[in-house]
Amino acid sequence: MTKIEKKNLAWGYLFIAPAIIGLTLFIVAPMIFSFIISFTDWDMITSFKWIGLTNYQTIFTDDIDFWNSIKVTFIFAIVQVPCVQIFSFLLANLLNSKVKGVSIFRTLFYIPSILPFVAVAILWMFIYNPDFGLLNQFLGFFHIPPQDWLVSNKLVIPSLVIMAMWMGGGAMIISLAGLQGVPNYLYEAVEMDGGGRIHKFWYVTVPMMSPIIFFNAVMNLIGVMQAFNEAYIMTQGGPDKHTYFYLYMIYQAAFKEGHMGYASALAWILFVILVIVTLLVFRFSRNLIYYEAEVK
Amino acid sequence: MNPTTKLPSSLEQPKERIVSRKNKSFKEIIYKTFIYLLLILISLIMIFPFYWLIRSALMTQVEVFTMPVKWLPSIPQWSNFKEALTSAPFGLYFKNTIFLVVLNVFGALLSNSFIAFGFARISFKTRNFWFGFVLMTLMLPGAVMLIPQFVGWKVVGAYNTYFPLILPAFFGNAFNIFLLKQFYSTIPIEYDEAAKVEGANYLQIWYKIILPLSKPALVTIGVFTFLSVWNDFMGPLLYLNDESKWTLALGLQSFQGHYSSQWNLLMAAAVVMFAPLVILFFFAQKQIMSGANLTGGIKG
Repeated sequence: MTKIEKKNLAWGYLFIAPAIIGLTLFIVAPMIFSFIISFTDWDMITSFKWIGLTNYQTIFTDDIDFWNSIKVTFIFAIVQVPCVQIFSFLLANLLNSKVKGVSIFRTLFYIPSILPFVAVAILWMFIYNPDFGLLNQFLGFFHIPPQDWLVSNKLVIPSLVIMAMWMGGGAMIISLAGLQGVPNYLYEAVEMDGGGRIHKFWYVTVPMMSPIIFFNAVMNLIGVMQAFNEAYIMTQGGPDKHTYFYLYMIYQAAFKEGHMGYASALAWILFVILVIVTLLVFRFSRNLIYYEAEVK
Repeated sequence: MNPTTKLPSSLEQPKERIVSRKNKSFKEIIYKTFIYLLLILISLIMIFPFYWLIRSALMTQVEVFTMPVKWLPSIPQWSNFKEALTSAPFGLYFKNTIFLVVLNVFGALLSNSFIAFGFARISFKTRNFWFGFVLMTLMLPGAVMLIPQFVGWKVVGAYNTYFPLILPAFFGNAFNIFLLKQFYSTIPIEYDEAAKVEGANYLQIWYKIILPLSKPALVTIGVFTFLSVWNDFMGPLLYLNDESKWTLALGLQSFQGHYSSQWNLLMAAAVVMFAPLVILFFFAQKQIMSGANLTGGIKG
């Protein structure tokens, strides 16, 4: 190593030291620690009691909430991700049309996504209020009987999904940026061949945008698998544990019942589930996504 | 002969073109009208919740519950805002939130620009290894870290203090490091080299050359840090026990528990929580919009 290389190494480490320290302290150490305590019975007050795989065994064989949470979390994800993604992708396409004043609409559609969830949740709880809420009043115009929305077993997930669609501006903006990067000559080629708007959309826009759609969907999926605020603020896991989402269950186990070891085991299972789901999604979408750089 | 035979065709051609252009522009008008109608329709749907929010925030308790529904308050009840804000110590929550926001923004700007400089402007062995390490943490789900981090803070006695909500900001975050590293790489390396010839060290180069040049990226990071701290619910929920330390998000949630049927006051409180963000949005619209793109581009 030359003198300069040595000097650069020292400087380099000086600059990236905060990151290394931070990642070790706030991510690596906690992960190792939580892995260890997932094999113990610990309530944060008394000392650790090593119980081996008992937590994991209980979770898989003797915990009704666990299987229910898996079920409702997956249902929420399977309904929410396509709805939010398709809606925001179509919105982005709409905003990409060359008409005047489109930036006003862009602002309007985007704003809900940056608002604090607590306040948004309270607003929507009132909108969904069965007696005085906006939605039932609105449906009344069309002579549709009032619904129970957030307190109905059937409608609680769709209600949360509608709210998520309203807040889906983040994915929309990312798609919009992607749309503006689709080269025009591809559309011209479709025109030359006599294709219309629908052809352009299906044979150019969708394939060219597939990596971005995919990225948005995966991010959305990972986020929704960790849904917590909806359950905590709006439904308390109800009705009938239909929104007893996985992270909400972890929260209950850790902070309401004080089973830290058990909650850590639950968290590690969630981690494994997320890794598997992500890998599966990548595997199955390989043929659906068009990557420009790839030679097919 | 030749000119006469050519004449009709050369006359016809433009005619055809005019007809087809007329046809096309007619189609175009129909299409644009359709787009506008669609945009307006969706906007109405998007705006409706906001309308409902403001309408209810300005009503009396009785009006909110009047049947059939009233679409506008008969007299706007501006006092709702005062009542909502004084029935819980929102002033204090606001102060606490701002305190957290300021320190987080400061910490994020300082640490991320510092760390990113190391990754972008100094070439040293093991740099790529550590950068990969940083990026890997982007993939980790926050939920897994929740309990161990909580336990860690509790063990060091930082439960019910602001430390868990501030300190991490001073150690950088994978996302922002990546964003800034990308930005730094657009600044010509000759600047650094010229400074080195003048005898500057890396610390001076970072502080005197790179930092002033990266204002746009720093503004984006600042705005997004602001948003995430202002909107954070789970962090304060886990770590702040004393009511006197609560943030707006936490205060609003508890307010909702206590006043669950006083929708007019709840809506007024929600308006208060939205307002600063909407104002921020209009000032920093460019940064927010392009930042949202950047973040997307990075992750993808």
